[in-house]
Formats: sequence, C-alpha cells, structure tokens
Amino acid sequence: MHELAITQSMLDLVLKQAEEAGAEKVGKINLVIGEMTGVVGRCVQFYFDFLSKGTPAEGAALNFKVIPTKARCQNCHKEFELGEFDWTCPHCQSNNIEITGGKELFVESIEVD
Amino acid sequence: MEIKVIKDILGANDQIAGKNRQLFDSNQVFVVNVMASPGAGKTSVIMETIKRLRGKTRVGVVEGDISSSLDAEAIGKEDVPVVQINTGGECHLDASMTASALGDLPLNDIDLLLIENVGNLVCPAEFRIGEDIRILIASTPEGDDKPFKYPLMFHEADVVLINKIDLLPYLKFDVDAFTQTIQGINQKVKIFPVSCTTGEGIDQWVSWLLGRMGKS
Repeated sequence: MHELAITQSMLDLVLKQAEEAGAEKVGKINLVIGEMTGVVGRCVQFYFDFLSKGTPAEGAALNFKVIPTKARCQNCHKEFELGEFDWTCPHCQSNNIEITGGKELFVESIEVD
Repeated sequence: MEIKVIKDILGANDQIAGKNRQLFDSNQVFVVNVMASPGAGKTSVIMETIKRLRGKTRVGVVEGDISSSLDAEAIGKEDVPVVQINTGGECHLDASMTASALGDLPLNDIDLLLIENVGNLVCPAEFRIGEDIRILIASTPEGDDKPFKYPLMFHEADVVLINKIDLLPYLKFDVDAFTQTIQGINQKVKIFPVSCTTGEGIDQWVSWLLGRMGKS
C-alpha cells in the first residue's frame, strides 16, 4: 500500500541524481530494501512502470537487494536472523534482542548513460 | 556509468518532518503521532485523553482519515481545535500532508497536539511527521500475535496502549506474553493496559504523558 508514495519518492531521488550527473537515460536502479519495511518489490515495479513514463528513468531495470531482519542478542551478543513467530535468541533463548538489520530503504546506486 | 547514491528513499519526507518539528518547537507544542489498525480505539483514546487533560494542558487534534470527517466532528464536541486531513486514498499521513493542516491550527494556543494517523499497522511506521513520540494502540480483539506480523510498527513505538482490556475475560489474549514480545525487540517502550469503556489505566497513561511533556 505504501509502495506508491515510496516509489514516487524513489523516482524523484533517482531523477535528481541523474540530472546532477548530466545523464540522459537511467538504465538500472539498485535498491536496498529491508524485509521489516514490508515494501513489496513487485508493487514498486508496478508503480514505477507508470510513474516513470516520459521521464529519463522510463524502462530502467529495478534491482532489489533484500536485507533479512537481523538481531543481536543482548545477553550472549550473537547475531541471528529473526524467525517469523520466534523472537528468541537461537543460541541462549534470551528474548532481549536488538534489531540490527531489516529497516533499510535506500537507493544504493544508479546506472546512467 | 554507475553513480553511487546511498540515499534514503524517504529522505525528502524526513526533511519536511524536520521543518514541522521546528515549527512545533518554536511554538512549544508537544506532538503525539497516534497509530493503530482501524477500530483499535484511536479516537476513543484521544477523547479520553482530552477529558482528563481539561484544565491541565491545552490540546489540539489532527484527524487523518482516507475520507469523511466523522472523527473530527466527534472530537469537535470536546471543544478543542481540530483539523481533518483526508488523504484521498493514501494509507498513512506523511510530513507534507501534516504540514498542510498546521496552518489551520492555533499552534500558539496548543501545548499538546494529538495527530490521529490513518488506521493501518504497516505504512504509518515508515513516515515521520515531526512528532515527539509515537504511540501505538493495540486492542485485545486483534490478538496477541500482532507484533510478529507488524514488527516495524511495534519496534518504532515509544508507547503501546493495550486497549479494550475490559474484554479480556472473553478473549484468548495473553497480556504478559504480548508485553514480553514487544519489550524483547523494543527496550524503550512504555506499555499501558487501558480500557476506554471502563476508564481503567487511562489515568496512568495520561500522567505518564504529562511527565513526558515536563508538566507533571
């Protein structure tokens, strides 16, 4: 649902970067998306296809790097990936954990001509 | 040619949220972003909070909904300044929508602004609006598994109000397990079990809020 606003924001950012670089065409956009954000790549692609029409980014390939939700145990300090319905540390079973990854939502790079 | 960007997609929203924040700070307004799923009791919590703050602090309200002004009309009866934002389909408030409502509020005469976000447990978590704190209202009929389904929202909340605790005898909702799950991933969170029907717990929430505003 939030993908429309997020895709518009991403496109604005990409077009600004491309313009600053004097590029005429954006060929590829490399995105980093944390699993925890709930941003669905398929929806971003859908919105991107119509929002980018008539802009230098029209037809650009979207590449999604998905970052799993990661946590560090506050007790044994080991890192692990968060299970869907189990938020305890697999090493010491503590449930006192700090989220260390999965909230990412950024444009890593773009390829332009 | 590859250009390294490494920029937050929602950076533009965060910038506007920062401007809202400056405006709030210059008017000494404490801002609460109220988030929850539809029907969890956002409007009821706001009404109960207003009632208990009468004479203690000056409250204003922003009502965010996809459409209609039903909530703003209900809040208006409490005799506080209220502005309705209709997002027209967007599933959350963002910083610029919030900014557009601020011109219609007498910020100078408001100490506490309660902003009711659109009912949704996903999208509002991503969009800062310039708030001081974010509260999440989770009602008992929704079930105690919600943190696992909407981890970002529970991770981002400063306060969780467990609403409709008067219904606990009829539901399989484990308050202790729910509380432990949230505290496991969110060490800063304050949790208050409340009922807007019986009034239980509301005083504790309101007195914490006044303390957080520096007014207790």
